Amino acid sequence: MTEPKFVYVTYIATTAEKLWQALTDGAFTERYWFGTRIKSDWTLGATVTFLRGDTVYDSGAVLECDPPKRLSYTWSVKFHEEFRGERPSRVTFEIEQMTSGSGKRSEVKLTVVHDDFDTGSKVFRAISGGWPVVLASLKSFLETGDPLEIAGVGALKGAEERALAAARGAAA
Amino acid sequence: MAQKFTPEKFVPKTVYVTYIACTPEKVWEALTRSEFTKQFFFSRTVEIEPRIGGSFAMRMPDGKYDIKGEVIEWDPPRRLSVTWGVAFEEFRELPESLVTYDIEPMGGSVKLTMTEAHQWDVPEAILAGGRQGWPLLLSSLKSLLETGKPIEINVKMGPPKEMLEAVEQACATKPWLRT
Repeated sequence: MTEPKFVYVTYIATTAEKLWQALTDGAFTERYWFGTRIKSDWTLGATVTFLRGDTVYDSGAVLECDPPKRLSYTWSVKFHEEFRGERPSRVTFEIEQMTSGSGKRSEVKLTVVHDDFDTGSKVFRAISGGWPVVLASLKSFLETGDPLEIAGVGALKGAEERALAAARGAAA
Repeated sequence: MAQKFTPEKFVPKTVYVTYIACTPEKVWEALTRSEFTKQFFFSRTVEIEPRIGGSFAMRMPDGKYDIKGEVIEWDPPRRLSVTWGVAFEEFRELPESLVTYDIEPMGGSVKLTMTEAHQWDVPEAILAGGRQGWPLLLSSLKSLLETGKPIEINVKMGPPKEMLEAVEQACATKPWLRT
């Protein structure tokens, strides 16, 4: 049986440096990640925390940090009881500079791989629905200056509830 | 082509989801009109008869057909499903796949889900073509609708060598004829 692995590719009209900043600077993540602030000093082994307000939702440790090309950290769910029992998984971002047709602007390819899950992982089920929303919002934020608006203020709660419902469905 | 269409035989193999800041109507328009597809769908134009059973095709800039198929579901602006036969010489014998776009309003945005489904056990090397192409063209569609400009990245036209070899082998052995 193959282990669960989530892979998502998107192309963004931005520079590798700006994308790197958007992935690693909490002031930026807060804008497009529906209020989630990322915090780390990004040295190898350093703690990575995902906060909403003062609440730690998820945390991990830096595995690889090669700006502006490759970033990898472990990921443990802290907030949702439902997911707490699982061992940490791994998220890896790869940024590739592309050549645009006109050569007039920078475009990059972003590949996100979230893997190292146990078979049947509920976290895997939840992140598979979550990443496309966050990465679409990231792309909008970098290209237009505005993140995605999804169902206003209640969006995040709704998304979480859907993710939890999906995870329950998978477990049933 | 003359066989009866049986949607339950198609199994989803590649799914791509994105969220776009616009209306379902705009996404529908972009998927069904050439002035949009020319900009985000590798310069292809689209020809589609707006009804179930209508014909569907995409053409390359030189006018040659790239994709030929039939409209299976036509439910603007929510769901469009078409059979997808690759018209290149080398691919012609392959059974057609089924491409479905689901468009759902989500607050101020739209969730777009593209599902590519197949009626036979397609080798990974053949699926790889779509798995490379869809993220680029759907990222480009999102940019086009949100900023007015598509992604400009030059892609090498034509399928990769490994894919062509897998197609050649599949056409020689026709695994879809096995039950």
